[in-house]
Amino acid sequence: MKLGAGALAVAVIGPLLLAACDDIRPPRTSYRDKTATTATAPASGVSVVTTAPVADGSFVPPDEADIPEGPFGDIVRRGRDIFTNTGEHAAAYVGNGLSCSNCHLDAGRLANSAPLWGAYVRYPAYRSKNQRVNTYTERLQGCFVYSMDGKAPPADSPVMVALESYSFWMSQGAPVGATLTGAGYPKDFKPPQPPDHARGRKVFEENCALCHGADGQGQKVAGRYVFPPLWGGDSYNWGAGMHQLDNAAGFIKANMPFGRGGSLSDQQAWDVAMFMNAHERPQDPRFKGDLAATRKQFHDDPNSLYGLEVDGRVLGANPAR
Amino acid sequence: MRGKVPTPLVAALAILLLPAAPALAVDPATIANAGTATVVACASCHGKDGGGMASFPRLAGMNAAYLLRQLQDFDSGSRGNAVMKPIATALSPADRNAMANYYAALPIPAALAGAAAPATLDTSPGARLANRGMWSKGVPACVQCHGPGGVGVGAGFPAIAGQPSGYLASQLQAWQKGTRKNDPLELMQHLSRSLSDAEIKAVSEWFARQPAAASGAGS
Repeated sequence: MKLGAGALAVAVIGPLLLAACDDIRPPRTSYRDKTATTATAPASGVSVVTTAPVADGSFVPPDEADIPEGPFGDIVRRGRDIFTNTGEHAAAYVGNGLSCSNCHLDAGRLANSAPLWGAYVRYPAYRSKNQRVNTYTERLQGCFVYSMDGKAPPADSPVMVALESYSFWMSQGAPVGATLTGAGYPKDFKPPQPPDHARGRKVFEENCALCHGADGQGQKVAGRYVFPPLWGGDSYNWGAGMHQLDNAAGFIKANMPFGRGGSLSDQQAWDVAMFMNAHERPQDPRFKGDLAATRKQFHDDPNSLYGLEVDGRVLGANPAR
Repeated sequence: MRGKVPTPLVAALAILLLPAAPALAVDPATIANAGTATVVACASCHGKDGGGMASFPRLAGMNAAYLLRQLQDFDSGSRGNAVMKPIATALSPADRNAMANYYAALPIPAALAGAAAPATLDTSPGARLANRGMWSKGVPACVQCHGPGGVGVGAGFPAIAGQPSGYLASQLQAWQKGTRKNDPLELMQHLSRSLSDAEIKAVSEWFARQPAAASGAGS
């Protein structure tokens, strides 16, 4: 399949989500909360905010100041620190320059930013990504393998115990098994037109380059990223959920530009998601030497550009290191 | 050009082609400390060492591109300021550039460059807003753009560490009121509207106590 520099056909995005790898998002089931937001199709190219405000109906996690004293609270705080500064506190398992909190804002607490409380109550769950039932532990391990481009901390490792403790603490009072309003990224909205690389570049230059740099490589202070790299060797790899256009568009729409979530139109969010994900990044760790076969096995989804030609380059052919 | 042009000739041409201003411009140190006929000495408000005072910001060690843009914005009015407007307007473009570079190169005064207390141990409201934000109102943590401890990030996000609290508070109020509107993507105008007077005071005082450091654009 070849794509020009222009449009990408995404007409069949909705139904195919069931088959898509559901990294980051809570798994889809029929238990969807009736109060969850649904998108309304914009009549023209006009900006329409389709994401719900944080307040109404969202689960509210406990205040960080209420983490208890004592040994359990200490591990919860440890988990929070790992979450917000992953490269420093879980260095052995991180292969890039990201922290969990780069994509899960407010230290994993923010609705519509794939909060931990949205995911914690949804596991164990069957995942099409690896075609079996995964525990929450395995789900977190997947984050390290793909989004952090590193390796999975063992289930009984201090890192994993701390992250699970932090998730558990944050989710107290959340109903087990529910898909809560604000869980995952808002994803039930489509662009009026198929996402476009050239338009996406313009959105990037006007709204993203200020923080992420004209080259998308983020900005550092004293050797540490303040603004994360969006592609290249220090960003998430080709197996991460954020490489999927619907995830990226949902995250961007709800949360970007940072502090101005909801200010981009649906079209802009999809266009810039495509632009961002039409850059090279570290190889999918499941790659065994054949790009087309890897696409067929793991990326057979219109939301993935992996293995496709965009703007004259076959993505995944020259992965970043 | 095919033939070789003698180096001295190139140099002479370069000098001739330069705008007249730089050759005749007043030395930036003179403008800073003594002023000119039309520009009051910067040091009279910003301090001899450029460290700032009261509601006048520290300039020493700030990002040069940021400082230059502020002078341009005082001139245009997108950063409304009755004191700085006539000064910025009186400075030629070359002088503005020279002043920005002069202050960016000045060392951060030792009194402002102390050691940082570990942020995680400080649970005061100001520290919390600075380091964690107030996401219930959509306000990110200040350090997420201004860098750890507020040391500044590149040309877009100035250092707020070691700035006088009166200055920081006045700017947050200026963003709120819309008298200052030169923020990229209206980031500050937007978030400042969610802050109460008490929160502005607390976070301004917290950053005023943080040690200033050379900001790390691309480092």
